[in-house]
Amino acid sequence: MSAAAPLLRLDAVRLRLRGRPLLGPLSLEVPAGGVATLMGPSGCGKSSLLAHLCGTLDPAFEASGEVWLDGLELTGLPPEQRRVGILFQDDLLFPHLSVAENLAFGLPAGLRDRAARRHRIAEALAEADLADFGERDPATLSGGQRARVALLRTLLSEPRALLLDEPFGKLDVALRDRFRRFVFDHARAGGLPTLMVTHDPFDAEAAGGAIIELSAEGAPESPEATARSRDGRAESGPFAALSGSGQEPVPPRRKPA
Amino acid sequence: MAQALQPLAGTRRRPGARADLLSGAPAVTLLLFLAPVAAGLIGTWLPAFGWFPALGGEAFGTEAWRRLLADPALPGALRLTLTSGLLGTLGALALVLGFVACFHGSPWLTRLRRLMAPLLAVPHAAAAIGLAFLLAPSGWLVRLVSPWATGWERPPDLALIQDPGGLALALALVLKETPFLLLMTLAALEQSNASERLAVARSLGYRPATAWFKTVLPAIYGQIRLPIYAVLAFSLSVVDMALVLAPSTPPPLAVLVFRWFNDPDLAMRFVAAAGATLQFVLVVGAIALWRGAELAIGRLARRWIAGGERGGGGEALLRGAAGGAMALATALSIAALAGMALWALAERWRFPDALPSGWTTRILARQADGLLWSGGTTLLLGLASASIALVLVLGCLENERRRRLRPMSRGLWLLYAPLLVPQVAFLFGVQVLAVVLRIDGTWLALVWSHLLFVLPYVFLALADPYRALDERYERSALCLGASPLRVLLEVKLPMLLRPILVAFAIGFAVSVAQYLPTLFAGSGRFATLTTEAVSLSAGADRRVVAGYAFAQALLPLICFALAVAVPAWAYRDRRGLRGLV
Repeated sequence: MSAAAPLLRLDAVRLRLRGRPLLGPLSLEVPAGGVATLMGPSGCGKSSLLAHLCGTLDPAFEASGEVWLDGLELTGLPPEQRRVGILFQDDLLFPHLSVAENLAFGLPAGLRDRAARRHRIAEALAEADLADFGERDPATLSGGQRARVALLRTLLSEPRALLLDEPFGKLDVALRDRFRRFVFDHARAGGLPTLMVTHDPFDAEAAGGAIIELSAEGAPESPEATARSRDGRAESGPFAALSGSGQEPVPPRRKPA
Repeated sequence: MAQALQPLAGTRRRPGARADLLSGAPAVTLLLFLAPVAAGLIGTWLPAFGWFPALGGEAFGTEAWRRLLADPALPGALRLTLTSGLLGTLGALALVLGFVACFHGSPWLTRLRRLMAPLLAVPHAAAAIGLAFLLAPSGWLVRLVSPWATGWERPPDLALIQDPGGLALALALVLKETPFLLLMTLAALEQSNASERLAVARSLGYRPATAWFKTVLPAIYGQIRLPIYAVLAFSLSVVDMALVLAPSTPPPLAVLVFRWFNDPDLAMRFVAAAGATLQFVLVVGAIALWRGAELAIGRLARRWIAGGERGGGGEALLRGAAGGAMALATALSIAALAGMALWALAERWRFPDALPSGWTTRILARQADGLLWSGGTTLLLGLASASIALVLVLGCLENERRRRLRPMSRGLWLLYAPLLVPQVAFLFGVQVLAVVLRIDGTWLALVWSHLLFVLPYVFLALADPYRALDERYERSALCLGASPLRVLLEVKLPMLLRPILVAFAIGFAVSVAQYLPTLFAGSGRFATLTTEAVSLSAGADRRVVAGYAFAQALLPLICFALAVAVPAWAYRDRRGLRGLV
């Protein structure tokens, strides 16, 4: 376990819903700057897995296995101490706050100096081509602008990993492409291990990392998947589709139901 | 209160669910507001059967019941109670269902809804007094048509209010309960895909109202059942409105019982307790009867629904009748308020003039002391009970959210308990409890007794918006590193500012309207605008009564206006909050 660069590692993570197996066992490593993609039909537990990683999983679910981030075991930590950022399909900007206040909500409180806080926010806005938008009501921004503010807000909270829950689903095609690049560039630049859930094969392709296909029952197509995503840049790495390429399935630990 | 009040459920800890003050919220809330109801009922039943050592009742017996049943006023009181209570409930329900069925999707429904929230805030006593000023032989309506249409130069000798049949009371109940039932029905509609159901039925050739009754009502009736029972229980046991609008010989049962509780002859307490118990049995019986009628009608309706009639020319008639009746009811409610304002500012208003001939604030000014004193008590009491209720309800809802408890419809019965049990049937026991705890006649007892009735309404008003808030806002905020407390204070409460303030305003209005709890728990030591208005209505100068009643109606209206205006102003530049709450 190297603590030098953040590394997200899932070790035999399983989710059960009222005793019924929902997902897993899933083992996965995402290196700093890498983007792994989870695909599968709705209801297979993809989003629940992300909720488990951020610590907001509904207690109706039971989770087992280990989640390591940056040398720290996450399960058991409250969500606000995990430093796992998440983006949803909707931007979820707080409607009662201005754009700048939304970003300030994300900035760690440890940064006390008000001028410094303002500076960080202005910097982030400028870098996303939103320089004059600080005082605006988020509801008056376009969909693409709001999506960028949502990402900035997450990045300003200084996460150690990034989770994406179908974050491009609601954007129209032209915008989707640009925003996707915006997100992946920032994740890479920040060296964040990123785990994305999506329906869209283009998302997965653009991510360029490991792709894990989940079946309707939520188990990876191969009974136990161990994906090791190296660098996200490859067009289709050896792990692009676990079910397709020559990935050797690890023998199952549990008998199929 | 559903699962939010379930103290034992969901004890499995999850990461991030820390034991804290919050997890005690449901238990505290339940104890605060169910314990007095239960203790109050028992404390009323025991004296009804002769046990009340403080007054020398140390053996169980049925003496009180014999005296109660032998009372000559009882048969008339029961008849009056049943006619006014059932007519009031049926009238309000028919009005609401008829109107909503005929005007579903029409802009009139939206307009009416906007009017209903302030009308809901008008306290019962003020509504009754306003209506009395309108309907009385010397009231505004008679003045408006006299003498040119009626030839009356003096108030006619007709029992237009306090009529022996209790029709004036029934009408007042219809007017006062319509806003509550309408708002509850509209809330139920929002969760029932009513528009889709209607679209399907219409495309199968059903006329609009027939389609509504056949496809929408069966889906929502379950959700408005408890509100209907609460209206029924209230209508059968109301005291303040009956003091103003019902005859006094005999009065309805609840008034009779209330009178016995205040009888200087302490032995009458036993008869009063028996009467209160009878009132309880009456309400339970009426609810059981209503339930039986529901089942019977449901069975018949099934055949009607399966019969395939699409509805014909009768619909236009129904639409006209429902629209006309609702317009009339709304006009009467508004005219009652306006009439009170006129009376409060009238210098001279001779019969049969349509309007006062002179205006003055002198009469109000002469009452300034009394108005300010009782108004101040009313205000403090309302603010205190609504604030406590709000904190408890927020605690319960936040606890429910954090522990991911699922709201449960059966738990709603707990919430409705204080609304289903007639006040007069348990407040005596509450008073006894207060004496035992040595808090009778104190602010503590007074606020607590109001809380019993304020809390359910605050919960009802806040639960839906609180639960409807997209949970991912909370998750996003947590994942940005904010603590649960910070998420509550900086994200959820500000986003819910409008529903929170509206719930507060509703709680405040409920407190202002309380009559019996103020008298029982306050041991008669506290005068509020409500108790003053009702006691003055028995014979004081109409202009003085109008001053009190109008002030009583004004306080909750101001509170409502603020609850709407403050968020609108605070979030004037936040478009996203307009659709959200």
